[in-house]
Amino acid sequence: MEYSWDFGPVLERFDMLALGLLNTVKIAAVSIVLGVLVGLVLAMMRLSPRRWLSVPALVFIEFYRNTPPIVHFFWFFYALPVMLAVSLDPYAAAVLALSTQSGAFYAEVFRGGIVSIERGQWEGGRALGMTHAALMRRVIVPQAISRMVPPFIERSFELLKTTALASTLAYADLLYQAMMVNAETFRPLEVYTTIALMYLVLLVTASQLARLAEARLTAYQ
Amino acid sequence: MTAHPILDVRGLHKRFGDHHVLKGIDFTVEPGERVAIIGGSGSGKSTFLRCLNFMEVLSEGEIRLDGTRIGLERKGTVTYPEKQLCQVRERLGMVFQQFNLFPHMSVLDNVMEGLVTVKGLPKPEARRIAEAELAKVGLTDKHSAWPGRLSGGQQQRVAIARALSMQPEILLFDEPTSSLDPELVGEVLRVIKQLAEEKRTMLLVTHELGFAYHFATKVIFLADGVFHEVGTPDEVLKTPSKPRTQDFLRRFGEFAF
Repeated sequence: MEYSWDFGPVLERFDMLALGLLNTVKIAAVSIVLGVLVGLVLAMMRLSPRRWLSVPALVFIEFYRNTPPIVHFFWFFYALPVMLAVSLDPYAAAVLALSTQSGAFYAEVFRGGIVSIERGQWEGGRALGMTHAALMRRVIVPQAISRMVPPFIERSFELLKTTALASTLAYADLLYQAMMVNAETFRPLEVYTTIALMYLVLLVTASQLARLAEARLTAYQ
Repeated sequence: MTAHPILDVRGLHKRFGDHHVLKGIDFTVEPGERVAIIGGSGSGKSTFLRCLNFMEVLSEGEIRLDGTRIGLERKGTVTYPEKQLCQVRERLGMVFQQFNLFPHMSVLDNVMEGLVTVKGLPKPEARRIAEAELAKVGLTDKHSAWPGRLSGGQQQRVAIARALSMQPEILLFDEPTSSLDPELVGEVLRVIKQLAEEKRTMLLVTHELGFAYHFATKVIFLADGVFHEVGTPDEVLKTPSKPRTQDFLRRFGEFAF
């Protein structure tokens, strides 16, 4: 079959795609920040010796690990408003879905980093007379952070890619904008090839930045 | 002699689940005493030492430091408030078999850490003390090194400097040379010997029987969770009265005093 490629109509509407890319970056950045906060709270609950704190956190985490991400998007957009009698716009619903699901995964990253620190480090600090809080702040967390970096980056990349699901709620992310451009140009091959390359450039750039950050945080090893 | 011993342990029991490791130990330490604790592996000698600064929580019994009971007893149950344990640990320095230095801090920062974070000293003063302690263990040239770049013997000397920096009243050594290559044991034992000459109060769990003989004022042979034989180095190591001690020393092979 002969197909004559023509990126012309797509590139004419590149401003639409650029806006989509910007929205994708925006929703990812906001969701990473909120996800980290959710993850920190969940990780502290999971690490607590009090079962009434650790068990609910475990249930929350397992719920997210064992359900498809798109269900979370639909739940926050279609179901939550029924429960609360307020409607959420697509952006808010997508941010809630992304930050809670990434929070559940970040929590395991944070907890894993903390529990990976050898018992001897705790004992070394305790023997000096350090309180639990001081030990955490001065000894455990600084070492745990460098171990958390690789899985944290991995998880953030997952989140970045999952933002494409926000298009199902009609949030104007890169994928949604591509669908709009396609509707106007009837050039799916060119449109979706273009945005695939845009996602690729975005993720490769992000991974380069992440590698720099990683090198800095693990300098002592 | 002081009115009361600096450390006074009564009826110490330690269980790990069903495993009864320490079965009722009474023990006192007078200021200036140097106690070597020996015994087979699994005899509970490390556990005993670790109970003294509450790295392990006692199952039963009580410990008095300078006459003050550690822990709060209320209606038959004893609790150990974190604040009190921190104060106790500050007064009992500990050196571990695995050094337990902080790998993300330089050598100097390792030694300064307790002074700054626990004692709240200003950094210049902490630095001055830390430098003096590092000089004492012969590591003046390693201030800015990462612990991971040092030999085991050097790391253990940093750990000793870190413990000394807190000016502890008693030093606890938990098999300080057991994880070292043979050629590095000497440099650590020399530092410990130097501390003995300063008349510091020290407890040493060790397999180095030859060193224990010269180091200690008192030797304890621990077996089956009790103090099987206690006495001077000559009594316990040269003329042990109990068959079990004799057997242990024989199995340990030849060692020169």
